[in-house]
Amino acid sequence: MEDSISLTIDGTEVNVERGTTILKAAEAAGIEIPVLCYFAHTTANGLCRLCVVETEGVRGMQAACVAEASEGSVVHTDSPGVQSARKTILEMLASTVDLSEAPELHKLMQRYDAQPKRFEGGKRRQPEMIDDNPMYIRDYAKCVMCWRCVQVCAADAQYTYAIDFSGRGFNSSIGTFFDKPIPQTTCVFCGQCVGVCPTGALKGKREFLFEQGVAPEDIFQVTRRNGKNQRSLKGPHLDRGG
Amino acid sequence: MTTKTHVFDRETLNAIVDGQSESGRTALIPALLEAQRAFGYLSEELVEQIGQDLRVPLAEIHGVIEFYSMLYRRPVGETIIRVCTSPMCAMVGGEEACTAACDHLGVERDVPSQDGRFMVEAVECLGLCDHAPAALVGDTPVAGIDPREPASWIASPEEAPPGVVDGDLRWLTARCGVIDPTDLAAYERLGGFQALKDAIKDLQPEDVVETIKKSGLVGRGGAAFPTGLKWEYTAAAPGETRYIVCNADESEPGTFKDRALMEGDPFSVIEGILLAGYAIGAKSGYLYIRGEYPRARRILSEAIGRVRDAGYLGENILGTGFTFDLEIRSGVGAYICGEETALFESIEGKRGFPRLKPPFPTTHGLFGKPTAINNVETLCTATWILANGVKAYRAKGTEKSPGSKLFCLSGDVERPGVYEVAFGVQLQELIDMAGGVTGDLQAVLLGGAAGAFATPAELHLPMTFEDLQAAGLSLGSGVVTVINQERDLMQFLVSLAHFFAHESCGKCFPCQLGTQRQLEIVGRFAEGEAKKGDREALDDVGFAMTNASLCGLGMTAGTAILSAVKKWPELMAD
Repeated sequence: MEDSISLTIDGTEVNVERGTTILKAAEAAGIEIPVLCYFAHTTANGLCRLCVVETEGVRGMQAACVAEASEGSVVHTDSPGVQSARKTILEMLASTVDLSEAPELHKLMQRYDAQPKRFEGGKRRQPEMIDDNPMYIRDYAKCVMCWRCVQVCAADAQYTYAIDFSGRGFNSSIGTFFDKPIPQTTCVFCGQCVGVCPTGALKGKREFLFEQGVAPEDIFQVTRRNGKNQRSLKGPHLDRGG
Repeated sequence: MTTKTHVFDRETLNAIVDGQSESGRTALIPALLEAQRAFGYLSEELVEQIGQDLRVPLAEIHGVIEFYSMLYRRPVGETIIRVCTSPMCAMVGGEEACTAACDHLGVERDVPSQDGRFMVEAVECLGLCDHAPAALVGDTPVAGIDPREPASWIASPEEAPPGVVDGDLRWLTARCGVIDPTDLAAYERLGGFQALKDAIKDLQPEDVVETIKKSGLVGRGGAAFPTGLKWEYTAAAPGETRYIVCNADESEPGTFKDRALMEGDPFSVIEGILLAGYAIGAKSGYLYIRGEYPRARRILSEAIGRVRDAGYLGENILGTGFTFDLEIRSGVGAYICGEETALFESIEGKRGFPRLKPPFPTTHGLFGKPTAINNVETLCTATWILANGVKAYRAKGTEKSPGSKLFCLSGDVERPGVYEVAFGVQLQELIDMAGGVTGDLQAVLLGGAAGAFATPAELHLPMTFEDLQAAGLSLGSGVVTVINQERDLMQFLVSLAHFFAHESCGKCFPCQLGTQRQLEIVGRFAEGEAKKGDREALDDVGFAMTNASLCGLGMTAGTAILSAVKKWPELMAD
């Protein structure tokens, strides 16, 4: 078959369609490669590098979520080098942000024997929680910068462009135009950002209040009455001619 | 809460954004820069208006402003004093000069003075390492700033001289300092534009590519990719539109050779871009000059005007049917934009995030079109080769590293500057050319912040790609930073680590997190406060960055520091 290629992953020969990523090819061979930023419904960007693998004869490591499987290649998904890189990335992440609501990452940390203590005392990202709208809270101390929320808010789904990035490097975060509260942005409260957040940084306001032990009738007061008539005046509005 | 409305006049803004809404996103950064120049800073009201005029989502403009060091969304001083505190300047008092400037004006860093006239910033490498310690006062590059006399260089900054350009093989630098850089007639009198005339009149584009392939020219930006192959791939890529981009975002600490070429011989840069454009079948090109090089930008912009008037740019050049135009784009303070795909993103009006590769620029480059992107020195060398022939070029250097190379000598040498030599001279000869070491040699950083350290025992090494590679070193962009015994090497490493932490774009996790952790660990060692296990943690961070990062910046963010601890283990012993 012309469109089919063959490669070896962890000693297993796999046949996949040309253009298949290493991640999918491994899946076909029953090999699971850990991921964090990768999400089936958003554009893969290869950011977190937890899915890195080694390919014989290729310099450095490749992000399996975006690297195409190539004919005849020999891939190692769990070599000592790969394990070391994953362990260090997890340790650095856990010593930077609050992963208390990311059970998947905890499992990975166990698997790779990650010891975030090694980096204790270093700078953390601990901004205060933002509670500025009746629908969801933003607790960026839990944000791992996977980009999914920005992607679904923009061209991967909603084309709303309410949020984007602030800062650069270690000091990156998710922000709004001039740090405005969500009701003053173009947010349409579709909820998709909350849905794709892997670490609980974005959470429905009701869920958050429930967790705090607030009674349902009081939640109604907060999320409905207080939010009434609050609406963004920025950006295009259909009732004002688009 | 009421916020003071920033007053800007609509008419001036109209002149800036007029007719740009059709250009789309690529018009964004030039518009922000011009608006900032006209109105002082980018206020909320101003940016909102620009967003509406250019039809770019406001959150994304916010992201762009936040990414670049030289865009400001809060009031700044009329004159920004940018004091270089990168390794080369830090070594000779950059930090002290920055503090002195603040004390003199009675301000904190990054906070405008009460009268609104000044603001002091500590910035990463300004590419003025031959003038260290250096600053950029407004648009004026200032050499040898004296921490004891801040008043003199703040109130009446004296423009730095062009700097030493020397060496024993003056090919690319033959005209530097000899002619008035923007005197086109003088450039032509000394052989300028002959290569272009010959090429577009008598040669097919593929002949030009073939010549460059045969010459063995490889890129001078640091990655050393064969230039002829790059041009061949770009020319062969399907599609009507192709671009040539000249990467003049020279930001590698210790590198200032491209600045010397742009300021001393701008026409040869332009000629190189035209030749490359002809070779790959491009009708337009971009010259992306880092924001910290206002003088180079001024000179090139004047030179481009002269060239256009003379008929070397535009429609049907010299009646040959070759049509080409060239636009200057200004960088805005981000080292990462020297990475080719990040540079494309920046021209496209976005945050300078490097793209995933593959696909490579030769097929999917600027605006998704096939693009050849070359460093300034590479293009000047191509001009020289096409003017003088492959034989002459290969007559110097080695088989694998033919021709000439510009080296940037800085730090503890008698005469810092740009030295052009044939590949293959020994490191010792190069240092001697610059007047020798001042004091006793401790170490030499080769290849810049992304390079590696050589010891005094390695001075016999021939400066070629192959010899340095075999010795575990790298030639990189031609940086030779000399460090004498009086310097605190640990402090030098701290400022290197600081540079990467400041310049990481934040896209991939290993670099975003690793550059910060690296800075912290190196800092602890420098302060004598290292914890048990710090050395191992540093190695692991370096390993993760080197192997798992997304782009070349991340992959090299740990190399210099790792090379230092390998050569001087006592620096960071557990």
